[in-house]
Amino acid sequence: MHYSHLQHSPLKIFLIDYGSGNLRSVQKAIETIGFAATISCDPHMLAQADVLVLPGQGAVKDAMRHLKEKNLDILIKKHIAQKKAFLGICLGMQLLFTRSEEDNGHACLGVFEGEVKKFTTPKLKVPHMGWNQLNVIQNPYGYLTGIAPHSEKLAYAYFAHSYYVETPLQNILGTTTTYGPTFVLTVQTAHVLGIQFHPEKSGETGLMLLRNFLLTQHSQQSTFI
Amino acid sequence: MSPLTKRIIPCLDVTEGRVVKGTNFINLRDAGDPVELAKLYNSEGADELVFLDITASSDKRDILLHVVEKTAETVFIPLTVGGGVRDLATIQDILNAGADKVSINSAALKTPELVLSGSQKYGAQCIVVAIDARKVGPRDDTLKPATAWHSEIWIDEGSQWEVYSHGGRHRTGFDALKWACFMEKMGAGELLVTSMDKDGTKSGYDIPLTGGISSQVHIPVIASGGAGTCAHIAEALTMCEAALLASLLHFREVSIQDIKRACAQAGLPMRE
Repeated sequence: MHYSHLQHSPLKIFLIDYGSGNLRSVQKAIETIGFAATISCDPHMLAQADVLVLPGQGAVKDAMRHLKEKNLDILIKKHIAQKKAFLGICLGMQLLFTRSEEDNGHACLGVFEGEVKKFTTPKLKVPHMGWNQLNVIQNPYGYLTGIAPHSEKLAYAYFAHSYYVETPLQNILGTTTTYGPTFVLTVQTAHVLGIQFHPEKSGETGLMLLRNFLLTQHSQQSTFI
Repeated sequence: MSPLTKRIIPCLDVTEGRVVKGTNFINLRDAGDPVELAKLYNSEGADELVFLDITASSDKRDILLHVVEKTAETVFIPLTVGGGVRDLATIQDILNAGADKVSINSAALKTPELVLSGSQKYGAQCIVVAIDARKVGPRDDTLKPATAWHSEIWIDEGSQWEVYSHGGRHRTGFDALKWACFMEKMGAGELLVTSMDKDGTKSGYDIPLTGGISSQVHIPVIASGGAGTCAHIAEALTMCEAALLASLLHFREVSIQDIKRACAQAGLPMRE
């Protein structure tokens, strides 16, 4: 697939570097779909962002500690409260919720109501590792356009996680999948997209989701300029 | 039923930045270029890729890291890198270069704590432990448990397979099944189990070994060694979560599409 290049997009996209995993692949995926993203751990720079991207893998406890060391937790919450664009990937999506079961319970950012839980279905292998299907629940913002169920092929995404999100908020559900429980894969508002799987490792499906989100934010911002 | 699909994973042996082992890619500009091959397998529907650095000498590490970087920039599917992973610094370098998982083999046998610390630091999902095993041979009394944890996983009368280290050159005295369970306990997120008896024979996977381990652990298992036909692969995937393939794919004897079609017909969930 060829993507029209929007390197001139005025969107300032920053990847938050808080010592939690692979930022490079996410950065390259964003470049591939025609945007540019800067990796930074500097709160002053991150405060200038139009779009904040929070990737991440590993433990909630370490991630929250690293964010708090630089007051990035406050920065992220403020950014989202100002209705600026935010993209959370894998652990970065889970951190948006109230709390995690990990380590006998640990507070997360609390942007959305919900809990991060461990897979406990008997006989189910953990981590949930590999390609699983996406089921689209609703697509009010267009982030999921062209992904499924419009295409004849089923949409698959790549997962590598041991915890999943359980949320009572039906209005933010984008897609779900089933592995033991049926759980939420993408959560969405007009400015926030949280993705449980790895869009940077999910081939065309992942790239399209990233592109849809950034294009939406790009056109929203362009109308203000 | 869970729609989580079974994975087909091509494995490329790389040394000094080049793919080795005879390959038969007539349409590729440079069949020795790992990045070109990664792109090809991605376009053919590979679910993941494995790069195995068979030189694995630390002074050549940078060449491999560069290959990983170039691959991760162009191919947006998961990438595992193995070979000579000895410490946390190496794990960090490989992940920073854009790999999603590291595969640890000999270093885990020597220092199981590396698996534990790697898993705690980077998450279980990126720590693969590779196990090379073959049927238990004649008793060797020169080989004795050297530590307490050795004793717990040592071969006993009931053992069927022994773990080998250093690319299959050295016996360890460890029971493969016990070793697999121990590695799960230490935080491995996935096991890559190679049957050395079957490797290169094209007579099918060692199902009792790979399937036996898969049914004993609660983490995904990748079966390796012995694939000769699509039916062999489908057989392994009824018990394991993924199949690793090298020469069968490299020599273009079957395509990933052929394999996926055959597995889907056998009732296995496959990504289209």
